Amino acid sequence: MQNPPRIWMKFFHWFCHPDIARYVEGDLTELYRERIGEKGRRYANVRFAVDVLLLLRPNIIKPLSGSQFTNNRIMFKSYFTIGWRNLLRNKGYSIINIGGLAIGMTVAILIGLWVHNEVSYDKNFVNFRQIAQVMQNQVLDGQVETWRSQAMYLGPELRNNYGKNFERVVIGTFADNHTLAVGSKTATVSGSFMEPDIADMLSLNMISGSRSGLKDINGAMLSQSAARALFGAEEAINKIIRVDQEFDVAVVGVYEDLPDNCSFSNLDVVLSWQIINQAMEQRTGWGNSWFQCLVQLRGDLTMESVSAAIKDAKMKRVMADANNARFKPELFLHPMSRWHLYSSFENGLPAGGQIRYVYMFGLIGTFVLVLACINFMNLSTARSEKRAKEVGVRKSVGSLRRQLIAQFFTESVLMALLALAFAVVLAQLALPWFNSVAGKNLSIHWNSPGFYLTCLAFSVLTGVISGTYPAIILSSFKPVSVLKGARVAGRNAFLPRKVLVVVQFTVSISLIVVTVVIFNQVQFAQQRPIGYTIHDIVSVPIRDNMIMKHYDALRDELLNTGVVEEVAATEGSMTSTYTTNGGFSWQGKDPDRTESFVTLGVTHEFGKTIGWTMEEGRDFSRNIVSDSSGFIINEAAVKYLGFQDPIGETIKWSSNGEWKIIGVVKDMVTQSPFSSVNPMIFFLRSNRISWIRFNAVNVKLKPSASMTGAIDKIRPIFTRYDPEKTFSYAFADQEFGKKFDDERRIANLAFVTTLLAIFISCLGLFGLSSYMAAQRTREIGIRKVMGASTAQLWKLLSKDFVVLVAISCLIAVPISSYFMRDWLTQYEYRIGISWYVYALACGGALAVSLITVSFQSLKAAWGNPVNALRTE
Amino acid sequence: MKKYRLGEFEEVVLLTVGILYDNAYGVSVKKEIEQRLKRKVSVGALQSALRRLEEKGYLKTHEGEETQERAGRPKCYFTLTALGKRALAHTKTTRDSLWNALPDIALNPKFNTW
Repeated sequence: MQNPPRIWMKFFHWFCHPDIARYVEGDLTELYRERIGEKGRRYANVRFAVDVLLLLRPNIIKPLSGSQFTNNRIMFKSYFTIGWRNLLRNKGYSIINIGGLAIGMTVAILIGLWVHNEVSYDKNFVNFRQIAQVMQNQVLDGQVETWRSQAMYLGPELRNNYGKNFERVVIGTFADNHTLAVGSKTATVSGSFMEPDIADMLSLNMISGSRSGLKDINGAMLSQSAARALFGAEEAINKIIRVDQEFDVAVVGVYEDLPDNCSFSNLDVVLSWQIINQAMEQRTGWGNSWFQCLVQLRGDLTMESVSAAIKDAKMKRVMADANNARFKPELFLHPMSRWHLYSSFENGLPAGGQIRYVYMFGLIGTFVLVLACINFMNLSTARSEKRAKEVGVRKSVGSLRRQLIAQFFTESVLMALLALAFAVVLAQLALPWFNSVAGKNLSIHWNSPGFYLTCLAFSVLTGVISGTYPAIILSSFKPVSVLKGARVAGRNAFLPRKVLVVVQFTVSISLIVVTVVIFNQVQFAQQRPIGYTIHDIVSVPIRDNMIMKHYDALRDELLNTGVVEEVAATEGSMTSTYTTNGGFSWQGKDPDRTESFVTLGVTHEFGKTIGWTMEEGRDFSRNIVSDSSGFIINEAAVKYLGFQDPIGETIKWSSNGEWKIIGVVKDMVTQSPFSSVNPMIFFLRSNRISWIRFNAVNVKLKPSASMTGAIDKIRPIFTRYDPEKTFSYAFADQEFGKKFDDERRIANLAFVTTLLAIFISCLGLFGLSSYMAAQRTREIGIRKVMGASTAQLWKLLSKDFVVLVAISCLIAVPISSYFMRDWLTQYEYRIGISWYVYALACGGALAVSLITVSFQSLKAAWGNPVNALRTE
Repeated sequence: MKKYRLGEFEEVVLLTVGILYDNAYGVSVKKEIEQRLKRKVSVGALQSALRRLEEKGYLKTHEGEETQERAGRPKCYFTLTALGKRALAHTKTTRDSLWNALPDIALNPKFNTW
C-alpha cells in the first residue's frame, strides 16, 4: 500500500487541530490511494498537496494557544483584585510596607536628582567635550603642585606654536567681583576679562548683540540678569558702563544666563581682554601665573594627545630663566567634563574630588532603598503561613507555579507603584528643605519623560526585586501539606529572614558610624584654636584707591566713632590667604629648594586688630621706620627656614631687597581649617613693594557695641572716601564659617539619611515582631497560665531580635571603621576614631531595636491569657 | 428564527449526511455530493463545513472501524442530530412557503406578453 508524501503529511499534522487530525488523515489517505489507482501516483501527490493546502481553514487549524491569551488578561485582572484586597485587609502591614518603601524611594529620588545634577555639571555647553582648562604641574619643595592658573603669555604661545591642535584658545582672568555703574545705579557682579573667543567657545545664547562683540576694545557682555539689574527693561546694547570706577565700557551683547549647574554659572559680565592687556603685559612675565587659559580642541583630537603635545610648552619658554625653570612646569589639559567632579590633584595626579560624594551618596541612596525592599521581603515571607492555605487551594484547583509567582509579583509591583506615588509627593514636599541642606537649586523634572520612565522603571524593579524572594518561597508550598495544616516553615525558613535583618542593621549601624565620624570631624575642625580672633571683625572690601590714599585719616575717623577698637588694612581677606610667593633666599638655604611662602601685606595695627600672639620678637610699630623692611613670620615659617634664633635674621626677596625678621607669631589658621598651617610672612605696606594692592579694611568693633549700630556708624566714613559710595561688608567669623559649608552639608545629609535608614529598619523590625508575637499568641497564653512572668515573656520574645542586631554590630564595626579611616585621610587635621563612636552606634541601634520590639513583646506579655487562648 | 440558519453548502452537506444515513464519513459524503450535484468538493471545504455543523449541534460524530486502505486511521462517522433534523425541516418549510408564495406569473413571464 502506498502512503502519501511524508512532508505534506507532517505539515498537515503540524497545523491540524489534534481532535480531528486522525479522521481527516484517514480520509486523505483513502482518497490518495484511490487516486493512485485512477490516475497514477504523480496526480495523487499533487492532489494530496492541494487538499492539504485547502485544509488551511480557521476551524481546522489548531488554536495558537490562543485561548491562553484572553485567559491571561483575566488572570492579571484577578491578580490586581486579589493584590488590592490583600492590601486593604492587612492595613497595618500595608502601611508599614508602603510607608517604608515610600520613604526609601523618596530618599532615592532626592539623591538621584542630586547625583543627576552633579553628573550633568558643565554638560550643557555644546562644545563641552572639546573644552579644557590648561593646568600646570610645578615642583615646589619636592612636591608636585597642580595649578589652574597660567601666565598670560601662554595664550598667544599656544595659538601660534601649537595652533593646529586648537579650535580656540582663550586667556582670561579668574572670576572676580566687579562693580558696574550706570548713572546712579550700581551692581556688583561676578565676571572676568576674557579674550573674545570665549563667547563662541561657551556658545553663549545671545539675546542681543553678536558673539563677536568682545573684539571691541572696550566691549563688555552682560548676562541677562545683570543687564536687567542695571537697565531694567531698557535696551542695554551700546550703553556705557563704568567698571570698578576705573574705566568705561560699552555693552556689546547680552546673553542668556548660564545654568546653575555649570562652572560659569556666576559669569555675569565678560569684559574685553584688551582693557587690561596692556597694563598686564608690563606687570607680568612667564612666572606670574595669574590667569586662566581655556582651550577648545579641534573636533577629532583627544585630550590625551593634545595634553602630550603641549606638555613642555611652558618649559621651553622659561628654560633660559633659572628662577622659573627650576619649578619644572608641565602643562596638561583638564577636560571640562571633569572640572566639577574630578577637581583634586595630588602630587600632579588626579585625586578625585566631588565624585567621592557622588559615589558616597549614590551608595547611601541605594542602601536606604534596599533596606525598604528588605522590609517587604521579610514581612511577606513572615506572613507566608497566613497565605499558605490560599496557595494550597489555588494549586489544587489548577494554578501553575508560574501563575502564583505572577500573582505575588503583581502584588509587590502594585505596592511599589503605590509607594512611588507617595514618594514623588514626599520628594516634592521635601525638596525645598533638601535644597537648603544640599546648597543646590534642584527641582523635580516634571516635564521630562525620562524622569517618569526612570521612576517607573525603578519602582517596577524595586517591586520585582523585593517580590522575588516571597514569590519563590510562597509558590513552592506543597498543596497537600499546607492544606493538611502542617507547619509550612521549618527551622531553616527563618534563616534568610534573619540574614536580611542582619543586613539591614549592618547598614544602619555603619551609617550611624559614618554620620558620627563626619560630625566629629567637622566639630573638631570648628573647635580648632585658630590663633587669632575673628569675632566682631568686619571686613570692608576696598573698591577705590582713594581709601588707601587717605588710609590714616580714615582710620582716625573710624576710631573716633567710639565703636571701633582697631583698624587694619590687608592685602587680601585674612580668613583666606591664598597668595603665595617664591623667590626668597636666606642663609643656610638649600639652593635647589623651590620655596613658597604665604605672604600678606598688612598695616601696622594688623596684629592688634586680630589679636595675634607674639611668640618672639615684637609687633610692627609706627614709631620704628625700619619696620617697613621688617618681616613677621609664623612658627611654621621658623621651622621651614631652619633658624634657631630667627629674630634679626635677614631674608632676601628676589628684586624686593633684603628684609629683617623682627617677630614670630603663633600659627594662625587662615586657609583651610582641615590642613596644617603653611609658612607665612607678614610685611608692611611700603614703597619697596608698591605693587601690592590692599583689598580689605578690617575693622575690629568693640564687643560692647551693637553690630547694626556700629555698621551704621562706620558706613558714612567709608562712603566719604569712596566716591562711588559703594559700601559692603562681611563678618570675618561668618566668612570663616563658610569654610565648613561643604563638610557641614555632607554631615547634614548623612545625618538625615541615617535617621531614615534606622527608621525604615525599625519599621521592618516592628512589623516582623508584631507578626511573630501574633503567631505565638497561644504559646504566650499557655506560658502565662503556667506562671511565666512578664519579664520572662518579654525576654523570650525580644531575645531573637537583639541577637540579630548584636551580630550586625560585629559586622558593621570593622566595615565602617575601614571606610571612615579612608575618608579621614583626606584631611590633614583630623580626628582619630575612638571606641565610643562604635559604642554609640551599636548601643544606639540595640536600644532602638529593643524599644521597637518591646512594643510588641510587652503587648503580648501583658495580654490576658484568656483572650489569647480563646482565639481559635 | 436565527437559530436554524444554514448556508447553502452546509445544507447540502447536512442533506447528504442524511442520505448516507449510517455511512456518512468524510470520503463518502464528498463522493456523494460530487456524484449527485456534479460539483467538485475539496476535503478542506467539506471538513470545515462538517466541523461547523458539529459545533452548531446539527451533527454528531462517532468513531468507526480502522481499515487497511486508510492506513489504520479510524473513520469519523456523522449522523444527524434531532436539532439537525429540525434545522433541515425548518429550511424546507421556509423554502416551501416561499415557493408557494411565488406567483406563477413570476416564473412564466410568457403570459405577460400576450
